[in-house]
Amino acid sequence: MSDREAVAHLLRRATFGPTADEVDAAERAGPAATVDRLLKPPATDRGAAATPVPTLPPDPYAGLTKDSTREQRQQANAERRKQLQQVTEWWLDRMVAAEDGLTEKLLFFWHGHWATSAQKVKSARLMVGQLETLRRHGRGPLGPLVASMVRDPALIVWLDGQKNTRKAPNENLARELMELFTLGIGAYSEADVKAGARALTGWVVDRRTGAVRFETKRHDPGEKSILGQSGRFDAEAYAGLLAAQPAAATFVAGRLWFRYAGTEIPAPDGLAGADTTATLRALFSAPAFAQTRGTLVKQPVEWLVGALRQLGIRPSALPEQQRRQLLAGLNALDQVPLRPPSVGGWPAGAAWLTTSSLQARLRTAGVLAAATAPAVLARLTAAPTAGRPDALARLLVVDGWGARTRAALTPLAGEPRKLLAAGLVSPEYTVS
Amino acid sequence: MDTVTRRRFLLTSGVVGAGALAAGAGAYSLRDLLDTGGDRDPQSRTLVLVTLYGGNDGLNTVIPYGDPAYRAARPELAYPDGEVLRLDDDFGLNPALAGLHQRWSGGGLAIVRGVGYPKPDRSHFRSMDIWHTAQPDRPGNTGWLGRWLDRAGGDPRLAVSFEPALPPLLAGAQSAGAAVPVTDRKAAKGLPAATLTAFAAAEAGESSARGRAAACFADLRSVDEMIRQVRDSADPDTADPDGEQAPATATGGARTPLDAQLDLVAQCVEAGVSTRVFSVSLGGFDTHADEKQLQAVLLGQLDRALTGFADRMSRTEAGRKVVVAVYSEFGRRVRANASDGTDHGTASDVLLLGAGVRGGWHGAPPSLTDLDDGDLKYTTDFRDVYATLLERVLDTDPGPVLADWRGRVDKLF
Repeated sequence: MSDREAVAHLLRRATFGPTADEVDAAERAGPAATVDRLLKPPATDRGAAATPVPTLPPDPYAGLTKDSTREQRQQANAERRKQLQQVTEWWLDRMVAAEDGLTEKLLFFWHGHWATSAQKVKSARLMVGQLETLRRHGRGPLGPLVASMVRDPALIVWLDGQKNTRKAPNENLARELMELFTLGIGAYSEADVKAGARALTGWVVDRRTGAVRFETKRHDPGEKSILGQSGRFDAEAYAGLLAAQPAAATFVAGRLWFRYAGTEIPAPDGLAGADTTATLRALFSAPAFAQTRGTLVKQPVEWLVGALRQLGIRPSALPEQQRRQLLAGLNALDQVPLRPPSVGGWPAGAAWLTTSSLQARLRTAGVLAAATAPAVLARLTAAPTAGRPDALARLLVVDGWGARTRAALTPLAGEPRKLLAAGLVSPEYTVS
Repeated sequence: MDTVTRRRFLLTSGVVGAGALAAGAGAYSLRDLLDTGGDRDPQSRTLVLVTLYGGNDGLNTVIPYGDPAYRAARPELAYPDGEVLRLDDDFGLNPALAGLHQRWSGGGLAIVRGVGYPKPDRSHFRSMDIWHTAQPDRPGNTGWLGRWLDRAGGDPRLAVSFEPALPPLLAGAQSAGAAVPVTDRKAAKGLPAATLTAFAAAEAGESSARGRAAACFADLRSVDEMIRQVRDSADPDTADPDGEQAPATATGGARTPLDAQLDLVAQCVEAGVSTRVFSVSLGGFDTHADEKQLQAVLLGQLDRALTGFADRMSRTEAGRKVVVAVYSEFGRRVRANASDGTDHGTASDVLLLGAGVRGGWHGAPPSLTDLDDGDLKYTTDFRDVYATLLERVLDTDPGPVLADWRGRVDKLF
């Protein structure tokens, strides 16, 4: 693999999709310096600064009482949906605009890991709050992340934590916390689930303010035995116990490998570092990581955001109809941010390669090609007709086309927007 | 891939091992199925398996209202005697199951009670893997109907799912069932047909994922054909994601309404397709909180879809050879939690209706007081049910599919 291919592979995986200019700069810096820069980004990010988290008015439900009329409730529901739509569009725009692509993609990883859906949480403020927590702790060690998440209002609502009381513990959160978020199945017992649920009792969400509150009366302060340790565990102590298990670091490293490297090649041993930044460094530097080139199916959000960046399209600058078409495309592809299908997160790999997803991709590629900035299109048309497939490969940061795809693209060289759309649905672009 | 990742992958992607990839799971359209019309032995039966994802609360589905322990364990959640649809002096159906209640009265509904497996696992994903693979000790990477398919010749059109991704139960070692898309996702415009055809070619030395991406193009034409034939069930672009009919589902299940999936099954059966097994699903049963209303909505959907399907099936010769079986990955705890919901439990009921099914009770009801750590003790192993279905519906020796499992549900047919 040439240096250019190596940094292109790294950037395709570590971020949502690099532009040709970003690959040029990374090639000049070399692979090692590129890893350093990805993991230790500059303090200022103009793209992120230009797309600040929207300030949301109070939850429309806060104003409701039990005497509120049906119309008032419907009004509040409609307002909530509007806020969620606004936040989803903001996040998509941020993913495209941010210069620090690693942080944005890592945030999306954590969102899919602690998979919480607005479909049940319903509050845009709580969903944004959870993203902020994941952003704050996402690069660091697991301890503070897990400790914050067990008190995250959106997660508590999603997994019925606010209904978990001393009188009758509700196991939902404790079970998924161990099975899906920290340890993985098999690393704990049913008794641990029951004891863990008791440790998590007492936390409730105030739907009016969106804050969590600890209610002593609901908490079970008794002695618990979890994972062979005994003590009067509360949520924080339980989170600390989980995060400190060697199984947790290994499990989370495996999940990172699953999303950043795929399933074709097993995760090498010893990836888990002291914090997520260190784990990512080990992952990107592993010889096996280089071998995964060309095998990882892009998730729909990765595919779309990468294309938007490469084609110079800012969703927020599009007319409303086109913006809706992009979100409709993600919906048809079954991956809408803030709406994972289950607490197990989104599927991976060949699950994204079905006839119905191809249809959605074709439609969305048409929207993207139509919205492409003239200046970007000019980079294609600047090349002589015969050279346009190669210019397209450079624009979309594909290492090269195989004979099959070249044969498909060549007849379109005279129609640059169709050529673009075809590139976006090609197997080489869909599988990175 | 570590085992957890593998299982999750298996469950959520529906791709189990290389066999499934090679077989091109998901690459079949309704047209391909309809083309098989007339290929089958008209005497053969068809199995429709309905999976309820999330763990349906069996005790509030088939309700032991005559047992004082029922009301004692879940005072808020229990249905009063007057609301229960009476089956006999001890048991009744959830009020939302009026259609099934009527079928019971006509002798057309069988209820196998207390179905489960040893050492119950309370993880949705693990327990669903167990039900899909029929391997409780160590779920492998083949599904029980996938193993049947391997032995039945491996044609994917024999075992079909209308779920978005192929469910693991249809993945065999050498072959896999077909996942056929349901919703109208509007055919692509813009790129010339020649481009799409060119993309369909295989490229030597390419990764299997890229090969799969290319294979998708090969099926576009037949899918276009399908879209003209299949009634659109719900436009995914405009459906309200927070609508009342879309309860939050943290534990999977198809997004396409069950009645739309069963509509397609009905079309296929009436056309005499070669398919012997259809897999359909309904999600959202993970009722840890405020269970009563939510479960009633879901059971209402189930009831309408099942009875509508059964009525339609009774009207044709081919339809009268269809057997429907309904199950969930586990029941729920006997005792309610403080959130007016129930946590993950164990044994539950399997419902069957259709061709030759002997209506009434099968198996013994689990005791509500002699519990295993707060949970029902199972009385019928789920493999007894599977073996009976393999033998009586699919005319297959269950031995090679179910590791020589000997148990059967007596007198079910």
